[in-house]
Formats: sequence, C-alpha cells, structure tokens
Amino acid sequence: MRTALRKSIGPLSAVLVAVTAWLGLFVTPADKDQGDYVRLVYIHPAMAWVALYVAFGMAAVCSLLYLWKRTRSLRFDRLAAAAVEVGVVFTILTLITGSIWGRPTWGVWWTWDARLTSTAVLAVLFLGYLALRRVPAEAHVRARRSAVFALLAAVNVPIIHFSVIWWQTLHQGATVLNPNLSPTIHGIMAWTLLLSFIAFTLLFAWMVTVRYEIETLREDDHDADLAVAIAARKAEGAQP
Amino acid sequence: MWRDALLIARRDLTIELRSKVGLWQILPFGLLALFLFAFALGPRTDLLEAAAPGLFWLAVLFSSILAAQRSLNIEGSPATREANRLLGLDPAGVFLGKVVAMVVELLVLEVVLLVGIVLLFHVSVASWAFAAPALVLPAIGLSAAGVLYGSLAGGASTRSTLLPILVLPVEAPVLIAASKSLSRGLGATTPDAGRWLVLLCVFAAVYTVLGIALYGPLEES
Repeated sequence: MRTALRKSIGPLSAVLVAVTAWLGLFVTPADKDQGDYVRLVYIHPAMAWVALYVAFGMAAVCSLLYLWKRTRSLRFDRLAAAAVEVGVVFTILTLITGSIWGRPTWGVWWTWDARLTSTAVLAVLFLGYLALRRVPAEAHVRARRSAVFALLAAVNVPIIHFSVIWWQTLHQGATVLNPNLSPTIHGIMAWTLLLSFIAFTLLFAWMVTVRYEIETLREDDHDADLAVAIAARKAEGAQP
Repeated sequence: MWRDALLIARRDLTIELRSKVGLWQILPFGLLALFLFAFALGPRTDLLEAAAPGLFWLAVLFSSILAAQRSLNIEGSPATREANRLLGLDPAGVFLGKVVAMVVELLVLEVVLLVGIVLLFHVSVASWAFAAPALVLPAIGLSAAGVLYGSLAGGASTRSTLLPILVLPVEAPVLIAASKSLSRGLGATTPDAGRWLVLLCVFAAVYTVLGIALYGPLEES
C-alpha cells in the first residue's frame, strides 16, 4: 500500500504540474498591466512555498526530532538532508523566476529588497548546511552538527515571511497568506494558483522520497563495504 | 562557569601575546584589506568617506574569521582537550572564555582600523556615544557566532574553508547594523541608528546564549 502510494506520487505530481502549465499558459487571462508576465504567478509563489515553508520547515522539524533523545534516529537526519537538498533547488528556482518577473516589472534583474536579500541569504545558509554534511565524520556526529545548524538557519524563514511587513520593500505583500487571510486573487486564476501549490508540493514530496531512498541505499552500501573490509582483516589475522 | 571563562580567556590571550599571531598576521590582514578597498574605489575622497564604515566592518568581518579559526585551533589540539577534561572545565565557561578573548582581540583590531580609516579615508569620530557601542556590540556578536559556528565546522582541516560559508551569511545583519551605527558615530545622518544598535545588542545576546547552551554538546561530538 505504502509502496504503491510512494510510486504514484511521481506520476501524479508530473500530471498536476502539466495541468498547471496548461491552465497557466492557455486558460487563464493575461493581466491588464503586466500582460503575460502574470503567468509566472503560477510557478513562483508555489516554488517559494515549497522552498521556504515546506522544505526548510520539514528540515527544522526533522532536525528537532533528531536532537530530541526519545526520537533520535538517523532516519530523521536523512529526511532533513533530503528536504534541504530539494529545498535549495526550489529556493534557487524561486530567485530565478522572481528575477525573470522583476526585469520587465521593476526594470532590474535584481534589487536589494529585504525579501529578495533574505531569501538569497537563506539559500547560501542551506548551501552551507550541505557543505557541512560533506565533512567526514561519524554518522551521529554529522547528524548532530547538521541538526543544530539547520535549526539556527531556519530562524531566517519567519524573517523572510514578515520582511514585506516589517520593512518597506518592492516585493508585493502576500497574495494568499496575508495578515487578514483574505486572498487578493479570484476565479480561474485563484484555482490555478491553488493547483500549482498542490502540484509543486507533491513534486517536492516525490523528490524527497527519491533522495531519501538514494541516501539509505548509499549508507547500506557503505555498511556492507565496511563489513567486507572487517571480514577481510579478520581473515588476514586468522592466517598462520 | 565565570571562573572557567576567566581562566580560558587569560590562557587564550597569553597564547596570543606570546605567539603574536594576531599581531603579525590578523592585524596586517585587516589593514591590507582597508588598503585594497581603497585601491578598488580609487582616490575620490567623497566616495571613500561615504564607504568608510562599510569597508571598516568588512575588514573586521574577514579578520574575525581568521581570529575565530585561530581561537578554535588552540582548543582543537589534543593536549588542550586533555587539559580541559582533567581540569573539569565547564564547556559553557570555555565558550564564554574564548568569546571574551576574541572580543579583546577584535577591539584591539578595531581601534587600529579606526585609526586607519581616520587617516586613509578622511573621516573623524563625531559622536563617541554612537561609535563606542557600534564598536563593542558587533565585536561580541561576531565573536560569539564565530566560536559557535567554528565548533560546528569540525576539525581544523575543514574549518578553514567551511567556516566562512557557514558564518558569513549569519553575520550579514551585523555587517549592515554595525555599518549604519558607525556611520552615525562618524557624523553621517543615519535614520534609526538607535534601532540598529538594538539589533546588534539582540544578535550578541542571542548568539552568546546559544553558544553557552550548544558549545558543550557540539564539542562532545
């Protein structure tokens, strides 16, 4: 049952992303002011949602579960690592799609806006997390260091979310998750936006699952190699 | 904890005074950075004057990475670890002591670099009420974050390349707030300079508390 569900996430997310692209490109109308550039709204906010809230939120929760003695397991460490790896990809895609929208709208590819800057800092922070994981160390030592770093880095997420409220920024305020919880988008545009959130969240779930499985296989392979090496040394020692 | 902190601070500062690594390597690096920034910007006095606080803090920030690496290299030697264990030192005290020693080193560096920007970038201190906290608070924040992230970065072989990647993005708010506060101290009309000082205060307090809580478990691992 679980395997079937896991295997169905990939194709389902691909179909939903395709439907989102079709609705976004051919069914929804162009904007009165922004023209066709408004169609980026069907990928950019969904990618930001996945990167900032789902991926790094999941990394923070898994890191916390690892650090808590009762739930300490390397599975949470692997899940956090997978979430960050995919999250970094989505963060970079968020910055790229935002930049593509910013060029015709603001007149520049990049501006030193509070939200843009804090998002870029977050991407660099989590690149640092991935670099930290590559430092050779015993599995639990690496897991502990990574978990602490992930929690310290995740502090940046609420700063990014509230940056458009705390500081004067060029970036528009939240369309859906605004303080009044009243979305400022309607009709087919709102439904397509909602679908994009579901599609990209499922895509993230599939990518994390695959990344987690690869990491598990790699560690099993490492353990098997280690067992073979120990057996070989023992055999050498047993020889007269 | 405080007794251990004083012991470690005195030990680190004694090592620095005897080895003179700070004097012959970190201090010249900071001054060299100031010169290079000036070369990059050119001889225009107005430009150098406007950029002075930011360039000052960039020089301090890069030098603080060297100081943090130096501080943790002392702690990372097997003999030091053994001595700490035998003395039964509190890890929180060790963290605080290292931070105190690094703050003293950074303050000496800042004074020298301040003289440097006064002479080279043609600025002068207009308000010590803003300049003094704008020098002390970032030194505490940079030291606490540097020692904490240095202990995360593992052994000396990886720390030299990994520490800047881990700690520089975190210290970006200090760079902004310290530059704004110092520019007010140097006579510029910086709006909300007081709020930037509050941010520096919060950063220093948060990383000192986090370091006290986390340094022990991280060093154990």
